Amino acid sequence: MRRLRLLFLAPSVAVTAGLFLVPLAIIFIYSLLTRGAYGGVQLPLTLESYQRFFDPLYGLILLRTFWIAFLSTAICVGLGFPLALFIARSESRRGLYLALVILPFWTSFLIRTYAWMFLLRDTGLINSALQAAGVIKQPLPLLYNDSAVILGLVYGYLPFMVLPIYATLERLDKSLLEASADLGARPWDTLWRITIPLAAPGLRAGCILVFIPALGTYLTSDLLGGSKTILIGNLIQNQFAASRDWPFGAASSFILMAVVMALLLALLRKGDDAVL
Amino acid sequence: MTNILELRGVSKRYTAQTPTSGHTAVDNISLDIRKGELFSLLGPSGCGKTTTLRLIAGFEEPTAGEILLAGKRIDSLKPYERNVTTVFQSYALFPHLTVQANIEFGLRRHGIADIAKPVRDVMDLVQLTGKESRFPSQLSGGERQRVALARSLVLSPDVLLLDEPLSALDPLLRKQVRAELKALQRRVGVTFLLITHDQEEALSLSDRIAVMHAGRIEQIGTPEEIYLQPATRFVASFLGAMNWIGPVGVRPEVTNIARERPNGSSVVHAATVDTTTFLGNCVQVRTKLASGESVIAELPRHEVRPFDPGDQVHISWQPKDELNFPEPRE
Amino acid sequence: MNSRLLGIYAVAAYAFLHVPLLILAVFSFNSSKFTVWEGFSLNWYRAAFSNAQLIEASMNSLLIAVLATAFSTVIGTLCAYGLWKRKAPVLSGALYLSLVTPEIVTGVSLLAFFQWIFRYLHVQLGMHTVVLAHIAFCIAYVVIVVMARLKTFDPALEEAALDLGATEWQAFRQVTLPNILPGVAAAALLAFTVSIDDYVITSMVAGVDSETLPMVIYAIARRGVNPMLNAISTLIVCALGIVVMLSERLQRKSEAAQ
Repeated sequence: MRRLRLLFLAPSVAVTAGLFLVPLAIIFIYSLLTRGAYGGVQLPLTLESYQRFFDPLYGLILLRTFWIAFLSTAICVGLGFPLALFIARSESRRGLYLALVILPFWTSFLIRTYAWMFLLRDTGLINSALQAAGVIKQPLPLLYNDSAVILGLVYGYLPFMVLPIYATLERLDKSLLEASADLGARPWDTLWRITIPLAAPGLRAGCILVFIPALGTYLTSDLLGGSKTILIGNLIQNQFAASRDWPFGAASSFILMAVVMALLLALLRKGDDAVL
Repeated sequence: MTNILELRGVSKRYTAQTPTSGHTAVDNISLDIRKGELFSLLGPSGCGKTTTLRLIAGFEEPTAGEILLAGKRIDSLKPYERNVTTVFQSYALFPHLTVQANIEFGLRRHGIADIAKPVRDVMDLVQLTGKESRFPSQLSGGERQRVALARSLVLSPDVLLLDEPLSALDPLLRKQVRAELKALQRRVGVTFLLITHDQEEALSLSDRIAVMHAGRIEQIGTPEEIYLQPATRFVASFLGAMNWIGPVGVRPEVTNIARERPNGSSVVHAATVDTTTFLGNCVQVRTKLASGESVIAELPRHEVRPFDPGDQVHISWQPKDELNFPEPRE
Repeated sequence: MNSRLLGIYAVAAYAFLHVPLLILAVFSFNSSKFTVWEGFSLNWYRAAFSNAQLIEASMNSLLIAVLATAFSTVIGTLCAYGLWKRKAPVLSGALYLSLVTPEIVTGVSLLAFFQWIFRYLHVQLGMHTVVLAHIAFCIAYVVIVVMARLKTFDPALEEAALDLGATEWQAFRQVTLPNILPGVAAAALLAFTVSIDDYVITSMVAGVDSETLPMVIYAIARRGVNPMLNAISTLIVCALGIVVMLSERLQRKSEAAQ
């Protein structure tokens, strides 16, 4: 059996090591090197790229990324919890309601982002409708700002919030709610003191699943935020494309990774993998 | 009679993941199982009986000792190299295969050319004819159990291992299937090794029983020997109810109760009635001795005059019914 | 909580999730270039189908997705089975890490890696690098989905197969694999959709000959709104929808057969 198991694991070990861990190691080394004259990297070893990150300009980008990711996650919690509760409480059509949440997940993320460009631009549906109704004269600047980015993130990641919450609510023992009512709790009390605390693992999983990709977002901020909303993802991309400062891009990547790992360690509890 | 399966000093120790977590599931057990008998391993959950079965089937390797099947060492052979088969507690029927394909599975793996006849015969034996093309999910609990039996028996194993084979059935069906299982074993003559925690099941089915406790075998014997002459205090308590007066054990069904002090050679204690419980076929009177120990007498319904709590009575038994275990209470 | 209120909220939430895409689809049939309905037309579909760059990118995307799905499903399924048999914390840790690593970081690290290797091998970025990258990031998804299925699989079934004389390989091939097949199919579907949709990593490791559909869409979208994109989007959403529905139906059929 041991031989067979080794055989089974060998390809994935090779791919994971060769195409994930080694590349990560390479940019780690790059992050400690000096920028080359024509792009690329060269000696000597230095911590300068990491130090540059504490420049207020870049620190601000990190803070802004955090703020946008935090707001998106908070909005997802607010929008996602009632929806998960609705699905968990529905009896007969639960499968359909669930499918309606999962469906966007199968749809291209890029296309879903484009849909909001289509709606939010100056000559988009919202602005033309408001103008036609006479509410506004000049189109509102809906696209290419932080709010548009947050909207895009919420739209893109809301299913990731709903599904784990639903999973914990669905497993919730109904008799606990009955017991709560039996002991005199009003529906709001039961929701606040029983349902929400017991849904905590799902809420935590949902927050992880939204906050972490939102931190690393690149596509949404590029398309909906335009040149105004530079987040850390765009900063990294920029160093490897336009600016050709690979060591700084690599250092930024590692700072982003470190932040993600720290968050995961802080939020993950034992037994959470059952939900994730 | 010859021994078909022998265990000699078999142990299974799980290595420690942490300094305190290692433990010995099976501790130096030796067993001889005779050809054609129905042998039970009886014990509470966690006593090591399931591990013993897994060692014999080959799902685990012993850390010490030898297992011999028909005189040959098998303890390091793979499960598919041993001529023992298992009826799993959950039956483990392959859900993606029909009844027929489940039964054919082992025959095909052994490269047997003509499988039609043995399959037909075994289906007939367990009365599954006509259900060949059903899937396991379309069968009743009793039928599933018979498929599991047929699937294993068709390979003519030297020993058939049965892991709590009746526990997945509902209680009403259990007694009926128990009788069928015994009849089937007699008909095919295959050695059955049954794992159970149910003393009634073990007593009613087995030719011989081994009682296990904490990884060790406490006693091996016929049902009568085990029940009437338990070798240890554990065996005495585990099979049937037992009154304990110090180191002396007496079964409730041989304990008498009377208002007047009985004459003759009985052992007599004065007691106070605690509760009386009507159990249908008998009446159970719980009493308390002056020492504080509680003694139960179980009497046929028609022999009992009503006792009320607080009544002063005498309980008694014959000296030959006493079981003596000088070892201290655990 | 008032269930009526909750129901009204749910309608609004589902509208939020689905109406933007519906509007996108509706305006793909508009004859005007502007967001004012002028009349039904298939002009934008015609434009999309006569765009050679789009057609080529679509073929590239399909080829990459099929190859990446095939390889990652096989590798990932074997891996999940191996991990189910016995834990391997380092490997599963690396797989989880690859899931939580931001795409942009995976993208730049693969770019740096390929550039570094190619200095010695004298090859260029192209289809091969894209396929390799996609296999790498799809494996973790496959492992997770197949693993979830294996968790509901009774290990006694495999022991029963061994007990009845099957070797380890036969037990895997004839008992375990058929039982986890729906999970494997779901994993393959997920890998396919993840691969065909990927922009961030792909754009980093693609060469001149390996432009994918998301890359073309992205390039057009960055220049602003173009109704042709509405048409392409509608086609993609419908195509993915059909694939998902078909696989769902197949899965249900195979489960009903038992």
